[in-house]
Amino acid sequence: MCGIAGLHLRDDELRPRLGQLLGGMLCQAAERGTDAAGIGIYGDPSLNPAGRSTVCVVDGPATTDAAVAAAAAVTALLGRPVDQRVAGQTALFTAAAGSADLEAAVRAALPEAVLTSRGTALSVLKGTGHPDALASTFSLAEATGYQGVAHTRMATESAVTSTGSHPYSVGPDQCMVHNGSFANHATIRRELMADGITFDSENDTEVGARFVAAQLAAGADVEKALRLLCERFDGFYTLLVATENSFAVVRDAIACKPAVIAETDRWVAMASEYRYLTGLPGIESARIFEPEPEVVYAWER
Amino acid sequence: MGTLTSETPSVAADVAAATVPAQAVPAAEVSTVDLARSSTRELNSTLHAEPEGSTRAFRVTHPVGTHSLAVGLRGPLHVTIEGHVGYYCAGMNQQATVVVEGNAGVGVAENMMSGRVHVTGDASQSAGATAHGGLLVIDGNAAARCGISMKGVDIVVGGNAGHMSAFMAQAGRLVICGDAGEALGDSIYEARIYVKGTVASLGADCIAKPMREQHLAELAELLSAAGRDDDPAEFTRYGSARTLYHFHVDNASSY
Repeated sequence: MCGIAGLHLRDDELRPRLGQLLGGMLCQAAERGTDAAGIGIYGDPSLNPAGRSTVCVVDGPATTDAAVAAAAAVTALLGRPVDQRVAGQTALFTAAAGSADLEAAVRAALPEAVLTSRGTALSVLKGTGHPDALASTFSLAEATGYQGVAHTRMATESAVTSTGSHPYSVGPDQCMVHNGSFANHATIRRELMADGITFDSENDTEVGARFVAAQLAAGADVEKALRLLCERFDGFYTLLVATENSFAVVRDAIACKPAVIAETDRWVAMASEYRYLTGLPGIESARIFEPEPEVVYAWER
Repeated sequence: MGTLTSETPSVAADVAAATVPAQAVPAAEVSTVDLARSSTRELNSTLHAEPEGSTRAFRVTHPVGTHSLAVGLRGPLHVTIEGHVGYYCAGMNQQATVVVEGNAGVGVAENMMSGRVHVTGDASQSAGATAHGGLLVIDGNAAARCGISMKGVDIVVGGNAGHMSAFMAQAGRLVICGDAGEALGDSIYEARIYVKGTVASLGADCIAKPMREQHLAELAELLSAAGRDDDPAEFTRYGSARTLYHFHVDNASSY
Protein backbone atom coordinates (compact mmCIF):
# COMPACT_ATOMS: atom_id res chain seq x y z
CA MET A 1 0.00 0.00 0.00
CA CYS A 2 1.44 3.36 1.14
CA GLY A 3 -0.52 6.53 1.66
CA ILE A 4 0.03 9.88 -0.02
CA ALA A 5 -1.22 13.28 1.01
CA GLY A 6 -0.42 16.71 -0.32
CA LEU A 7 -1.74 20.21 0.16
CA HIS A 8 -1.07 23.23 -2.05
CA LEU A 9 -2.42 26.45 -0.58
CA ARG A 10 -3.88 29.22 -2.72
CA ASP A 11 -5.07 31.34 0.20
CA ASP A 12 -2.12 32.76 2.18
CA GLU A 13 -4.36 33.09 5.23
CA LEU A 14 -4.12 29.31 5.61
CA ARG A 15 -0.30 29.31 5.74
CA PRO A 16 -0.10 29.27 9.55
CA ARG A 17 -2.26 26.13 9.54
CA LEU A 18 -0.34 24.13 6.89
CA GLY A 19 1.24 21.71 9.37
CA GLN A 20 -1.94 21.18 11.32
CA LEU A 21 -3.94 20.44 8.14
CA LEU A 22 -1.23 18.23 6.65
CA GLY A 23 -0.86 16.45 10.00
CA GLY A 24 -4.56 15.55 9.95
CA MET A 25 -4.10 14.11 6.47
CA LEU A 26 -0.92 12.20 7.42
CA CYS A 27 -2.45 10.54 10.45
CA GLN A 28 -5.44 9.36 8.41
CA ALA A 29 -2.89 7.96 5.95
CA ALA A 30 -1.25 5.87 8.68
CA GLU A 31 -3.67 3.02 7.96
CA ARG A 32 -2.01 2.56 4.57
CA GLY A 33 1.45 2.08 6.05
CA THR A 34 3.13 2.17 9.43
CA ASP A 35 6.70 1.28 8.48
CA ALA A 36 7.87 4.83 7.93
CA ALA A 37 6.69 8.31 7.12
CA GLY A 38 7.97 11.61 5.87
CA ILE A 39 6.91 15.12 5.02
CA GLY A 40 8.10 17.84 2.70
CA ILE A 41 7.25 21.37 3.86
CA TYR A 42 7.55 24.40 1.60
CA GLY A 43 7.88 27.90 2.98
CA ASP A 44 8.21 27.40 6.73
CA PRO A 45 10.62 30.12 7.97
CA SER A 46 11.59 28.01 10.99
CA LEU A 47 12.84 25.29 8.61
CA ASN A 48 13.92 27.50 5.70
CA PRO A 49 14.81 30.93 7.14
CA ALA A 50 14.81 33.80 4.66
CA GLY A 51 18.17 34.39 3.04
CA ARG A 52 19.49 30.97 4.01
CA SER A 53 19.75 27.55 2.44
CA THR A 54 18.66 24.40 4.25
CA VAL A 55 20.09 20.91 3.92
CA CYS A 56 18.33 17.97 5.61
CA VAL A 57 19.98 14.61 6.32
CA VAL A 58 19.08 11.22 7.75
CA ASP A 59 21.57 8.69 9.12
CA GLY A 60 23.46 11.70 10.47
CA PRO A 61 23.55 13.30 13.94
CA ALA A 62 20.67 12.05 16.07
CA THR A 63 21.22 14.13 19.19
CA THR A 64 21.54 17.86 19.70
CA ASP A 65 25.13 17.43 20.94
CA ALA A 66 26.07 15.48 17.83
CA ALA A 67 24.31 18.03 15.64
CA VAL A 68 26.13 20.92 17.31
CA ALA A 69 29.45 19.18 16.66
CA ALA A 70 28.41 18.46 13.08
CA ALA A 71 27.34 22.10 12.54
CA ALA A 72 30.78 23.20 13.77
CA ALA A 73 32.44 20.86 11.28
CA VAL A 74 30.24 22.14 8.43
CA THR A 75 30.92 25.76 9.51
CA ALA A 76 34.66 25.13 9.28
CA LEU A 77 34.34 23.72 5.77
CA LEU A 78 31.87 26.33 4.53
CA GLY A 79 33.57 29.32 6.11
CA ARG A 80 30.19 30.67 7.29
CA PRO A 81 28.19 30.02 10.43
CA VAL A 82 25.87 26.99 10.18
CA ASP A 83 22.84 26.42 12.40
CA GLN A 84 21.45 23.01 13.21
CA ARG A 85 18.22 21.42 14.38
CA VAL A 86 17.35 17.80 15.12
CA ALA A 87 13.84 16.59 14.24
CA GLY A 88 13.67 12.92 15.15
CA GLN A 89 15.79 10.95 12.68
CA THR A 90 16.33 14.00 10.47
CA ALA A 91 18.90 16.74 11.12
CA LEU A 92 18.72 20.16 9.46
CA PHE A 93 21.56 22.56 8.71
CA THR A 94 21.05 26.12 7.53
CA ALA A 95 23.50 28.77 6.42
CA ALA A 96 23.52 32.06 4.52
CA ALA A 97 25.12 30.36 1.55
CA GLY A 98 24.11 28.78 -1.73
CA SER A 99 22.40 25.38 -1.54
CA ALA A 100 25.13 23.69 -3.55
CA ASP A 101 27.90 25.07 -1.30
CA LEU A 102 26.09 24.05 1.87
CA GLU A 103 25.34 20.62 0.40
CA ALA A 104 29.01 20.09 -0.48
CA ALA A 105 30.13 21.09 3.02
CA VAL A 106 27.55 18.82 4.69
CA ARG A 107 28.55 15.89 2.49
CA ALA A 108 32.23 16.44 3.30
CA ALA A 109 31.69 16.86 7.04
CA LEU A 110 29.20 13.99 7.38
CA PRO A 111 30.18 11.32 4.85
CA GLU A 112 27.91 8.72 6.53
CA ALA A 113 24.79 10.91 6.39
CA VAL A 114 22.29 10.82 3.51
CA LEU A 115 20.86 14.05 2.17
CA THR A 116 17.07 14.20 2.11
CA SER A 117 16.68 17.72 0.74
CA ARG A 118 18.49 20.90 -0.16
CA GLY A 119 17.14 24.28 -1.15
CA THR A 120 15.73 27.58 0.00
CA ALA A 121 12.02 26.67 0.11
CA LEU A 122 11.81 22.97 1.04
CA SER A 123 12.71 20.82 4.02
CA VAL A 124 12.16 17.06 4.01
CA LEU A 125 11.81 15.33 7.35
CA LYS A 126 11.48 11.56 7.44
CA GLY A 127 12.20 8.41 9.36
CA THR A 128 11.07 4.92 10.27
CA GLY A 129 8.29 4.23 12.72
CA HIS A 130 4.61 4.97 13.14
CA PRO A 131 3.47 8.11 11.31
CA ASP A 132 1.71 9.51 14.39
CA ALA A 133 4.92 9.30 16.44
CA LEU A 134 7.00 10.74 13.60
CA ALA A 135 4.59 13.68 13.14
CA SER A 136 5.33 14.62 16.72
CA THR A 137 9.13 14.38 16.26
CA PHE A 138 8.74 16.59 13.16
CA SER A 139 6.66 19.11 15.20
CA LEU A 140 4.34 18.94 12.23
CA ALA A 141 1.40 20.57 14.00
CA GLU A 142 3.42 23.78 14.32
CA ALA A 143 4.70 23.84 10.74
CA THR A 144 3.66 26.69 8.48
CA GLY A 145 4.09 27.30 4.78
CA TYR A 146 2.44 27.31 1.38
CA GLN A 147 2.68 23.68 0.32
CA GLY A 148 3.33 20.29 1.84
CA VAL A 149 3.47 16.62 0.95
CA ALA A 150 3.32 13.60 3.22
CA HIS A 151 3.81 9.88 2.85
CA THR A 152 3.23 6.80 4.98
CA ARG A 153 5.08 3.72 3.89
CA MET A 154 4.34 0.03 3.72
CA ALA A 155 7.66 -1.17 2.37
CA THR A 156 7.68 -3.49 -0.64
CA GLU A 157 10.62 -2.74 -2.93
CA SER A 158 13.36 -1.98 -0.42
CA ALA A 159 14.06 -2.33 3.29
CA VAL A 160 12.48 -0.34 6.12
CA THR A 161 15.20 2.25 6.62
CA SER A 162 15.19 6.00 6.99
CA THR A 163 16.81 6.30 3.55
CA GLY A 164 14.02 4.14 2.08
CA SER A 165 11.39 6.52 3.44
CA HIS A 166 9.66 9.12 1.30
CA PRO A 167 9.58 11.94 0.18
CA TYR A 168 12.51 11.69 -2.20
CA SER A 169 14.09 15.04 -2.83
CA VAL A 170 17.07 14.79 -5.16
CA GLY A 171 17.07 18.21 -6.79
CA PRO A 172 16.83 21.68 -5.24
CA ASP A 173 13.37 22.27 -3.75
CA GLN A 174 11.94 19.23 -5.57
CA CYS A 175 10.27 16.27 -3.98
CA MET A 176 8.29 13.16 -4.90
CA VAL A 177 6.10 10.72 -3.03
CA HIS A 178 4.95 7.45 -4.57
CA ASN A 179 2.32 4.81 -3.97
CA GLY A 180 3.08 1.68 -5.96
CA SER A 181 6.17 0.06 -7.36
CA PHE A 182 8.24 0.59 -10.49
CA ALA A 183 8.94 -2.65 -12.38
CA ASN A 184 11.91 -1.54 -14.49
CA HIS A 185 13.66 0.68 -11.96
CA ALA A 186 16.86 -1.37 -11.97
CA THR A 187 17.29 -0.86 -15.72
CA ILE A 188 16.67 2.87 -15.52
CA ARG A 189 18.93 3.13 -12.48
CA ARG A 190 21.79 1.61 -14.50
CA GLU A 191 21.14 4.05 -17.35
CA LEU A 192 21.14 7.04 -15.00
CA MET A 193 24.28 5.78 -13.26
CA ALA A 194 25.94 5.47 -16.67
CA ASP A 195 25.14 9.18 -17.10
CA GLY A 196 27.01 9.90 -13.88
CA ILE A 197 24.04 10.20 -11.52
CA THR A 198 24.62 8.78 -8.03
CA PHE A 199 22.00 7.23 -5.75
CA ASP A 200 21.45 7.34 -1.99
CA SER A 201 19.29 4.22 -1.60
CA GLU A 202 18.14 0.98 -3.19
CA ASN A 203 14.60 2.34 -3.39
CA ASP A 204 12.64 2.27 -6.64
CA THR A 205 11.05 5.66 -6.01
CA GLU A 206 14.46 7.30 -5.85
CA VAL A 207 14.96 6.21 -9.46
CA GLY A 208 11.75 8.03 -10.41
CA ALA A 209 12.84 11.12 -8.51
CA ARG A 210 16.31 11.07 -10.13
CA PHE A 211 14.70 10.66 -13.56
CA VAL A 212 12.41 13.65 -13.00
CA ALA A 213 15.27 15.74 -11.60
CA ALA A 214 17.36 14.92 -14.67
CA GLN A 215 14.52 16.01 -16.97
CA LEU A 216 13.99 19.24 -15.01
CA ALA A 217 17.72 19.95 -15.09
CA ALA A 218 17.63 19.44 -18.86
CA GLY A 219 14.99 22.14 -19.17
CA ALA A 220 11.69 20.26 -19.10
CA ASP A 221 8.83 21.59 -16.99
CA VAL A 222 7.16 19.31 -14.45
CA GLU A 223 4.38 18.35 -16.83
CA LYS A 224 6.81 17.26 -19.54
CA ALA A 225 9.07 15.46 -17.05
CA LEU A 226 6.13 13.42 -15.82
CA ARG A 227 4.93 12.62 -19.33
CA LEU A 228 8.43 11.31 -20.08
CA LEU A 229 8.33 9.29 -16.87
CA CYS A 230 5.07 7.66 -18.01
CA GLU A 231 6.74 6.67 -21.27
CA ARG A 232 9.84 5.22 -19.64
CA PHE A 233 8.64 3.58 -16.42
CA ASP A 234 6.64 0.37 -16.12
CA GLY A 235 4.76 -0.57 -13.01
CA PHE A 236 2.17 0.82 -10.69
CA TYR A 237 2.33 4.35 -9.51
CA THR A 238 0.41 7.27 -8.23
CA LEU A 239 2.95 10.07 -7.91
CA LEU A 240 2.78 13.47 -6.27
CA VAL A 241 5.61 15.74 -7.35
CA ALA A 242 6.26 19.17 -5.90
CA THR A 243 8.72 21.90 -6.78
CA GLU A 244 9.16 25.37 -5.36
CA ASN A 245 6.40 26.65 -7.66
CA SER A 246 4.34 23.64 -8.63
CA PHE A 247 2.31 20.70 -7.41
CA ALA A 248 1.60 17.82 -9.80
CA VAL A 249 -0.09 14.41 -9.82
CA VAL A 250 0.19 11.54 -12.29
CA ARG A 251 -0.94 7.90 -12.37
CA ASP A 252 0.18 4.97 -14.53
CA ALA A 253 -1.87 3.67 -17.45
CA ILE A 254 -3.65 1.06 -15.33
CA ALA A 255 -4.30 3.47 -12.46
CA CYS A 256 -5.01 0.82 -9.84
CA LYS A 257 -3.31 2.76 -7.05
CA PRO A 258 -5.87 5.10 -5.58
CA ALA A 259 -5.86 8.87 -5.91
CA VAL A 260 -8.37 11.57 -5.24
CA ILE A 261 -7.99 15.28 -5.84
CA ALA A 262 -10.03 18.00 -4.19
CA GLU A 263 -9.92 21.63 -5.19
CA THR A 264 -11.37 24.82 -3.76
CA ASP A 265 -10.55 28.52 -4.24
CA ARG A 266 -8.36 28.26 -1.11
CA TRP A 267 -6.39 25.06 -1.77
CA VAL A 268 -5.69 22.02 -3.91
CA ALA A 269 -5.29 18.71 -2.10
CA MET A 270 -4.36 15.23 -3.25
CA ALA A 271 -4.68 12.04 -1.24
CA SER A 272 -4.78 8.29 -1.56
CA GLU A 273 -8.26 8.23 -0.03
CA TYR A 274 -11.04 10.71 0.42
CA ARG A 275 -11.06 10.37 4.19
CA TYR A 276 -7.65 12.09 4.47
CA LEU A 277 -9.33 15.21 3.14
CA THR A 278 -12.24 15.37 5.53
CA GLY A 279 -10.55 17.81 7.93
CA LEU A 280 -9.79 20.43 5.29
CA PRO A 281 -11.73 23.70 5.51
CA GLY A 282 -14.48 23.86 2.91
CA ILE A 283 -14.19 20.19 1.86
CA GLU A 284 -17.99 19.99 1.76
CA SER A 285 -18.08 22.24 -1.29
CA ALA A 286 -14.79 21.16 -2.90
CA ARG A 287 -14.62 19.88 -6.46
CA ILE A 288 -13.59 16.25 -5.95
CA PHE A 289 -12.37 13.98 -8.74
CA GLU A 290 -10.12 11.04 -9.50
CA PRO A 291 -7.18 11.73 -11.81
CA GLU A 292 -7.30 9.94 -15.16
CA PRO A 293 -4.52 7.50 -16.06
CA GLU A 294 -1.40 9.03 -17.65
CA VAL A 295 -2.81 12.54 -17.46
CA VAL A 296 -0.53 15.03 -15.72
CA TYR A 297 -2.40 17.38 -13.38
CA ALA A 298 -0.27 20.36 -12.41
CA TRP A 299 -0.90 23.52 -10.46
CA GLU A 300 1.45 26.50 -10.44
CA ARG A 301 1.90 29.17 -7.86
CA MET B 1 -28.80 -15.04 -12.57
CA GLY B 2 -28.50 -16.01 -16.24
CA THR B 3 -26.11 -18.59 -17.58
CA LEU B 4 -23.09 -17.58 -19.60
CA THR B 5 -24.65 -18.55 -22.90
CA SER B 6 -28.18 -17.19 -22.50
CA GLU B 7 -28.38 -13.90 -24.34
CA THR B 8 -31.96 -13.11 -23.52
CA PRO B 9 -32.87 -14.05 -19.98
CA SER B 10 -36.28 -13.09 -18.72
CA VAL B 11 -35.89 -9.32 -18.73
CA ALA B 12 -39.11 -8.66 -16.86
CA ALA B 13 -38.20 -11.03 -14.05
CA ASP B 14 -34.69 -9.60 -13.75
CA VAL B 15 -35.82 -6.02 -13.58
CA ALA B 16 -38.68 -6.77 -11.22
CA ALA B 17 -36.26 -8.42 -8.82
CA ALA B 18 -33.77 -5.62 -9.11
CA THR B 19 -35.98 -2.64 -8.76
CA VAL B 20 -38.22 -2.88 -5.78
CA PRO B 21 -38.74 0.83 -5.13
CA ALA B 22 -37.70 2.19 -1.77
CA GLN B 23 -40.75 2.43 0.46
CA ALA B 24 -41.40 5.75 2.10
CA VAL B 25 -40.73 5.24 5.79
CA PRO B 26 -42.12 7.63 8.40
CA ALA B 27 -39.33 9.66 10.00
CA ALA B 28 -40.09 8.35 13.46
CA GLU B 29 -39.21 4.82 12.39
CA VAL B 30 -35.77 5.76 11.08
CA SER B 31 -32.94 4.79 13.42
CA THR B 32 -29.86 6.96 13.25
CA VAL B 33 -26.30 5.71 13.70
CA ASP B 34 -23.77 8.52 14.10
CA LEU B 35 -20.30 7.40 13.03
CA ALA B 36 -18.80 10.29 14.96
CA ARG B 37 -19.77 8.24 18.02
CA SER B 38 -20.08 4.64 16.75
CA SER B 39 -17.47 2.46 15.07
CA THR B 40 -17.83 0.77 11.70
CA ARG B 41 -18.12 -2.56 13.49
CA GLU B 42 -20.88 -1.26 15.74
CA LEU B 43 -22.82 -0.03 12.71
CA ASN B 44 -22.46 -3.28 10.81
CA SER B 45 -23.27 -5.39 13.90
CA THR B 46 -26.41 -3.34 14.46
CA LEU B 47 -27.49 -3.90 10.88
CA HIS B 48 -26.68 -7.60 11.01
CA ALA B 49 -28.64 -8.02 14.26
CA GLU B 50 -31.94 -7.09 12.62
CA PRO B 51 -34.35 -10.06 12.53
CA GLU B 52 -34.89 -11.87 9.25
CA GLY B 53 -37.23 -9.98 6.97
CA SER B 54 -36.87 -6.67 8.82
CA THR B 55 -37.51 -3.65 6.62
CA ARG B 56 -36.27 -1.18 9.22
CA ALA B 57 -34.77 2.07 7.99
CA PHE B 58 -31.43 3.42 9.17
CA ARG B 59 -29.77 6.76 8.62
CA VAL B 60 -25.98 6.83 9.01
CA THR B 61 -24.40 10.21 9.72
CA HIS B 62 -20.78 11.47 9.63
CA PRO B 63 -19.32 8.69 7.44
CA VAL B 64 -16.30 10.91 6.47
CA GLY B 65 -15.01 8.42 3.91
CA THR B 66 -14.92 5.44 6.27
CA HIS B 67 -14.37 2.03 4.67
CA SER B 68 -16.63 -1.04 4.76
CA LEU B 69 -19.91 0.61 5.76
CA ALA B 70 -23.14 -1.39 5.54
CA VAL B 71 -21.44 -4.52 4.26
CA GLY B 72 -22.80 -8.04 4.28
CA LEU B 73 -26.45 -7.07 4.74
CA ARG B 74 -28.81 -10.00 4.23
CA GLY B 75 -32.32 -8.60 4.58
CA PRO B 76 -34.55 -5.89 3.06
CA LEU B 77 -33.27 -3.04 5.23
CA HIS B 78 -33.15 0.56 4.02
CA VAL B 79 -29.85 2.23 4.86
CA THR B 80 -29.14 5.84 3.91
CA ILE B 81 -25.61 7.13 4.43
CA GLU B 82 -25.39 10.88 4.69
CA GLY B 83 -22.08 11.78 3.03
CA HIS B 84 -19.05 10.32 1.26
CA VAL B 85 -18.02 6.73 1.98
CA GLY B 86 -14.72 4.86 1.64
CA TYR B 87 -13.91 1.47 0.18
CA TYR B 88 -16.25 -1.52 -0.25
CA CYS B 89 -19.45 0.18 0.89
CA ALA B 90 -22.47 -2.17 0.69
CA GLY B 91 -20.27 -5.07 -0.37
CA MET B 92 -21.87 -8.51 -0.61
CA ASN B 93 -25.31 -6.92 -0.29
CA GLN B 94 -28.37 -9.15 -0.34
CA GLN B 95 -31.86 -7.64 -0.53
CA ALA B 96 -31.04 -4.38 1.26
CA THR B 97 -31.39 -0.90 -0.21
CA VAL B 98 -28.33 1.23 0.51
CA VAL B 99 -28.24 4.88 -0.54
CA VAL B 100 -25.01 6.87 -0.39
CA GLU B 101 -25.70 10.59 -0.41
CA GLY B 102 -22.27 11.50 -1.73
CA ASN B 103 -19.30 9.80 -3.39
CA ALA B 104 -18.22 6.20 -2.89
CA GLY B 105 -14.67 4.86 -2.70
CA VAL B 106 -13.18 1.78 -4.34
CA GLY B 107 -15.41 -1.28 -4.82
CA VAL B 108 -18.86 0.00 -3.90
CA ALA B 109 -21.39 -2.89 -3.98
CA GLU B 110 -18.64 -5.36 -4.80
CA ASN B 111 -20.01 -8.88 -5.03
CA MET B 112 -23.58 -7.69 -4.49
CA MET B 113 -26.05 -10.58 -4.78
CA SER B 114 -29.37 -8.72 -4.79
CA GLY B 115 -30.97 -5.52 -3.56
CA ARG B 116 -30.23 -1.97 -4.60
CA VAL B 117 -27.28 0.35 -4.03
CA HIS B 118 -27.59 3.99 -5.09
CA VAL B 119 -24.69 6.45 -5.08
CA THR B 120 -25.84 10.02 -5.66
CA GLY B 121 -22.32 11.30 -6.42
CA ASP B 122 -19.34 9.65 -8.13
CA ALA B 123 -17.99 6.17 -7.54
CA SER B 124 -14.30 5.25 -7.48
CA GLN B 125 -12.83 2.32 -9.34
CA SER B 126 -14.20 -1.24 -9.44
CA ALA B 127 -17.80 -0.29 -8.66
CA GLY B 128 -19.98 -3.40 -8.67
CA ALA B 129 -16.97 -5.69 -9.12
CA THR B 130 -17.90 -9.39 -9.43
CA ALA B 131 -21.49 -8.64 -8.40
CA HIS B 132 -24.02 -11.38 -9.11
CA GLY B 133 -27.33 -9.54 -8.91
CA GLY B 134 -29.27 -6.50 -7.80
CA LEU B 135 -29.10 -2.98 -9.15
CA LEU B 136 -26.27 -0.48 -8.66
CA VAL B 137 -27.13 3.10 -9.61
CA ILE B 138 -24.41 5.75 -9.77
CA ASP B 139 -25.82 9.19 -10.57
CA GLY B 140 -22.39 10.72 -11.24
CA ASN B 141 -19.29 9.27 -12.88
CA ALA B 142 -17.77 5.86 -12.25
CA ALA B 143 -13.98 5.56 -12.35
CA ALA B 144 -11.95 2.74 -13.90
CA ARG B 145 -13.05 -0.89 -14.04
CA CYS B 146 -16.72 -0.31 -13.33
CA GLY B 147 -18.43 -3.70 -13.41
CA ILE B 148 -15.19 -5.66 -13.66
CA SER B 149 -16.04 -9.39 -13.79
CA MET B 150 -19.71 -8.63 -13.23
CA LYS B 151 -21.70 -11.83 -12.98
CA GLY B 152 -25.32 -10.78 -13.23
CA VAL B 153 -25.62 -7.36 -11.60
CA ASP B 154 -27.27 -4.44 -13.36
CA ILE B 155 -25.33 -1.17 -13.20
CA VAL B 156 -26.60 2.21 -14.37
CA VAL B 157 -24.05 5.03 -14.48
CA GLY B 158 -25.52 8.50 -15.00
CA GLY B 159 -22.22 10.06 -16.08
CA ASN B 160 -19.05 8.64 -17.59
CA ALA B 161 -17.36 5.32 -16.81
CA GLY B 162 -13.58 4.98 -16.73
CA HIS B 163 -11.19 2.73 -18.56
CA MET B 164 -11.55 -1.06 -18.64
CA SER B 165 -15.16 -1.01 -17.52
CA ALA B 166 -16.96 -4.36 -17.80
CA PHE B 167 -13.57 -6.11 -18.07
CA MET B 168 -14.27 -9.86 -18.32
CA ALA B 169 -17.94 -9.17 -17.62
CA GLN B 170 -19.82 -12.45 -17.60
CA ALA B 171 -23.50 -11.59 -17.14
CA GLY B 172 -25.74 -8.66 -16.30
CA ARG B 173 -26.19 -5.24 -17.89
CA LEU B 174 -24.02 -2.13 -17.68
CA VAL B 175 -25.67 1.13 -18.76
CA ILE B 176 -23.47 4.21 -19.25
CA CYS B 177 -25.41 7.43 -19.90
CA GLY B 178 -22.23 9.45 -20.53
CA ASP B 179 -19.01 8.37 -22.23
CA ALA B 180 -16.97 5.20 -21.75
CA GLY B 181 -13.18 5.19 -21.34
CA GLU B 182 -10.55 3.04 -23.01
CA ALA B 183 -10.89 -0.72 -23.52
CA LEU B 184 -14.59 -1.00 -22.79
CA GLY B 185 -15.71 -4.60 -22.33
CA ASP B 186 -12.31 -6.18 -22.76
CA SER B 187 -12.59 -9.99 -22.89
CA ILE B 188 -16.32 -9.74 -22.24
CA TYR B 189 -18.49 -12.85 -22.06
CA GLU B 190 -22.27 -12.47 -22.11
CA ALA B 191 -22.94 -9.24 -20.26
CA ARG B 192 -24.60 -6.48 -22.29
CA ILE B 193 -23.36 -2.91 -22.31
CA TYR B 194 -25.38 0.14 -23.37
CA VAL B 195 -23.57 3.44 -23.91
CA LYS B 196 -25.24 6.73 -24.79
CA GLY B 197 -22.10 8.78 -25.37
CA THR B 198 -18.79 8.00 -26.98
CA VAL B 199 -16.52 5.02 -26.35
CA ALA B 200 -12.81 5.90 -26.24
CA SER B 201 -11.93 2.40 -27.43
CA LEU B 202 -13.30 -1.12 -27.29
CA GLY B 203 -11.39 -3.87 -25.55
CA ALA B 204 -10.49 -7.22 -27.07
CA ASP B 205 -13.50 -9.11 -28.45
CA CYS B 206 -15.99 -6.34 -27.61
CA ILE B 207 -18.08 -5.04 -30.53
CA ALA B 208 -21.05 -2.79 -31.19
CA LYS B 209 -24.26 -4.69 -31.83
CA PRO B 210 -27.68 -3.74 -33.18
CA MET B 211 -30.35 -2.49 -30.80
CA ARG B 212 -33.27 -4.86 -31.28
CA GLU B 213 -36.70 -4.41 -29.72
CA GLN B 214 -35.86 -6.56 -26.73
CA HIS B 215 -32.77 -4.43 -26.04
CA LEU B 216 -34.70 -1.17 -26.24
CA ALA B 217 -37.25 -2.68 -23.88
CA GLU B 218 -34.76 -3.91 -21.29
CA LEU B 219 -32.82 -0.65 -21.45
CA ALA B 220 -36.02 1.33 -20.92
CA GLU B 221 -36.75 -0.75 -17.84
CA LEU B 222 -33.23 -0.32 -16.48
CA LEU B 223 -33.29 3.45 -17.00
CA SER B 224 -36.68 3.69 -15.39
CA ALA B 225 -35.52 1.56 -12.46
CA ALA B 226 -32.61 3.95 -12.02
CA GLY B 227 -34.97 6.93 -12.05
CA ARG B 228 -33.71 8.29 -15.36
CA ASP B 229 -35.51 9.62 -18.40
CA ASP B 230 -32.85 9.10 -21.09
CA ASP B 231 -34.13 7.94 -24.46
CA PRO B 232 -33.15 4.27 -25.05
CA ALA B 233 -32.95 4.95 -28.80
CA GLU B 234 -29.89 7.15 -28.23
CA PHE B 235 -27.82 4.26 -26.86
CA THR B 236 -25.59 1.75 -28.61
CA ARG B 237 -25.34 -1.83 -27.45
CA TYR B 238 -21.95 -3.50 -27.06
CA GLY B 239 -21.19 -7.12 -26.33
CA SER B 240 -18.97 -10.06 -27.05
CA ALA B 241 -17.92 -10.99 -30.58
CA ARG B 242 -17.39 -14.46 -29.08
CA THR B 243 -14.09 -15.00 -30.84
CA LEU B 244 -12.01 -15.29 -27.66
CA TYR B 245 -13.70 -17.84 -25.53
CA HIS B 246 -14.62 -20.48 -28.08
CA PHE B 247 -11.79 -22.83 -28.89
CA HIS B 248 -10.47 -22.30 -32.39
CA VAL B 249 -8.90 -25.32 -34.06
CA ASP B 250 -6.18 -23.19 -35.66
CA ASN B 251 -4.82 -22.58 -32.16
CA ALA B 252 -4.50 -26.29 -31.34
CA SER B 253 -0.72 -26.24 -31.68
CA SER B 254 -0.50 -23.67 -28.88
CA TYR B 255 -1.72 -26.15 -26.28
